Amino acid sequence: MDFYRDLILLLAATVRVATPLVLAAIAGLYSERAGVIDLALEGKMLAAAFAAAAVSAVTGSAWLGLGAGIAAASALALLLAFACVTHRGNQVVAAMAINIVVAGLGPALALAWFDLGGQTPQLDGPHQRFLGLAWPGAVAALRHPLLGLPYAQLVSGHNLIVYGAAALVPASAWVLYRTRFGLRLRAVGENPLAVDTAGISVTLLRYQASLISGVLCGVAGTYLSTAASAGFVRDMTAGKGYLALAALIFGKWRPYPTLAACLLFAFADAGAARLQGVALPVIGVVPVQFIIALPYILTVLLLAGFVGESVAPKAVGVPYSKEK
Amino acid sequence: MRAGTKLPRWAEYGLLPLVNLVAALLLSGLIIRLIGESPWAALKLMVAGAFGAQDAIGYTMFYATDFVFTGLAVAVAYHAGLFNIGGEGQAYIGGLGVGLVGLACGGGPAWLVVPAGIAAGALFGAAWAFLPGWLQAKRGSHIVITTIMANFIASALMTYLLVNVLIKPGQQSPESREFGPGAVMPSVHDALAKLGLSFADSPFNLSSLLALAACLFVWLLVWRTRWGYALRVAGQSAPAAIYAGISPPRIVIGAMLLSGALAGCLGVNELMGSDHRILLDFPGGAGIVGIAVALMGRNHPVGILAAAILFGALYQGGSQLSFDMPHVNRDMVILIQGLVILFCGALENIFRRPLAAVLGGRRAPA
Repeated sequence: MDFYRDLILLLAATVRVATPLVLAAIAGLYSERAGVIDLALEGKMLAAAFAAAAVSAVTGSAWLGLGAGIAAASALALLLAFACVTHRGNQVVAAMAINIVVAGLGPALALAWFDLGGQTPQLDGPHQRFLGLAWPGAVAALRHPLLGLPYAQLVSGHNLIVYGAAALVPASAWVLYRTRFGLRLRAVGENPLAVDTAGISVTLLRYQASLISGVLCGVAGTYLSTAASAGFVRDMTAGKGYLALAALIFGKWRPYPTLAACLLFAFADAGAARLQGVALPVIGVVPVQFIIALPYILTVLLLAGFVGESVAPKAVGVPYSKEK
Repeated sequence: MRAGTKLPRWAEYGLLPLVNLVAALLLSGLIIRLIGESPWAALKLMVAGAFGAQDAIGYTMFYATDFVFTGLAVAVAYHAGLFNIGGEGQAYIGGLGVGLVGLACGGGPAWLVVPAGIAAGALFGAAWAFLPGWLQAKRGSHIVITTIMANFIASALMTYLLVNVLIKPGQQSPESREFGPGAVMPSVHDALAKLGLSFADSPFNLSSLLALAACLFVWLLVWRTRWGYALRVAGQSAPAAIYAGISPPRIVIGAMLLSGALAGCLGVNELMGSDHRILLDFPGGAGIVGIAVALMGRNHPVGILAAAILFGALYQGGSQLSFDMPHVNRDMVILIQGLVILFCGALENIFRRPLAAVLGGRRAPA
């Protein structure tokens, strides 16, 4: 029974860790499918985490925080599109620039505004955070642990953003494969010239995709600072943007496989904390650092073509110029 | 990336980077003003903090030495058409090589151990860059992604080694024991004292000479040798390179090996020059600064040298700034660094076109 309980708790932790990954990876899915490399997931999330925590701390409303987070990440997404689509700048360089600017700007503004050494104040007001919602009968269900435990821990008890992220995946699959917009989006990432010839604006599509990515990164960042923890701290994304990018590649730029990759990486992450110093049968003690590095190792192996094959959208990273 | 509008040479290498820098500084100044401090006072404090005293200059040059290595690493890969974001990981693993020599042979004579440490740093750094290079050349795996992943893997590997293997016994913090006296790069303070000159004590050490030599070496190699020519051709156009009998995959792997070796030399400056032990996360973002340095220095060794000193001054001046202005800290330096990358790299066309119009530059054939 203890094992069963541990397993369910581990899965519940997996869901919580996976949420920002799913949001960010799907954000990257939109922009990369439209042909814009999205290395700036990290920076957009971090900016949103700061903006959401700061606004929530000042106004006392997590919802206003969410709005601020989305606004901050979207502004950066538009800046990125301005540099890469309008000015045809190098997408990788632009994204690195944004990541670094945010890594400096967030703590700098936090220090100036709140005087807490680069953090925002602890969010402990009643409406300052997105808290877990208990579904009806969750407590009562615990009397029958076999089914009740999964219901209470896995289905119930998460905050709104978690459920939103869960709904995002099928919604994105539908948008991408069943709508005209999705068809055009995928086309512009494969062959922008064809899209342009059909009289559809490549620039507009890429801006739209960037903006969607910004909004989703905004939600992901808000989750980090107002749901998963209670405030902004320096470098709180800690590479999650890059991990989401790895998940996107691992998921071969498709919604459901990307979700699976996010869950796998999150499971490894949630498990790493529990496996510390525990000897497993057959393999013995696995170093925590190995489990932390595992997603990156797997992604490299996949990119190398040793584990299946992952092919990027053809036009990803190539600025489109009508003149050529 | 230089396609589009051509500028005269002096503007390309002098004026444009300066305009970019001024734009980044103006924007940072605006943010400092927003915070409620005086940008002018901040600038004065930073300049004084970076160059106002001998030990300040020493720290500035110490940081600059790091940035020369990582900047050159980015530049060499760039000339081959590769964007090596993995400088951080290559420097970290390179430092492992330096550190292992320092730990194992620290008792030996310095004239033997220090060069061995340099060789090990370059070798380990190159080895860490080999895999992304090989995957790009042979498997077409995107080098930006693989080098980012390699950074995380390097970080996890080094944490594991420092926590479990290299940690000094009976100690909590994850760092190795101190190197023997043979594995110490002489500081500028000591070296000048031997010549009868005095210079304040600082981490500034003779690795800086190695950095200068690396600049010269890269310049000779890239612009004055057959291989360098092949490197630049392959970086401009793979089909042209193949037509000229150059093998782009071999160039890619060669460029990444050299790039990793240069980044690996950072460990010489940090570990043999200053810390004398292996510390957790000793590169401290220098690999990323290298991107800004290379972009600002237009991927030329002379430009990189100048940009590295500038960023060294920003780092040293920035940490001084935080003592005097309670509302401004080193994060401001990271911000400026990001803005420099933004203006020099991603938004360079914004200033290039107006400058070209003013200077009467000609349009390059499309």
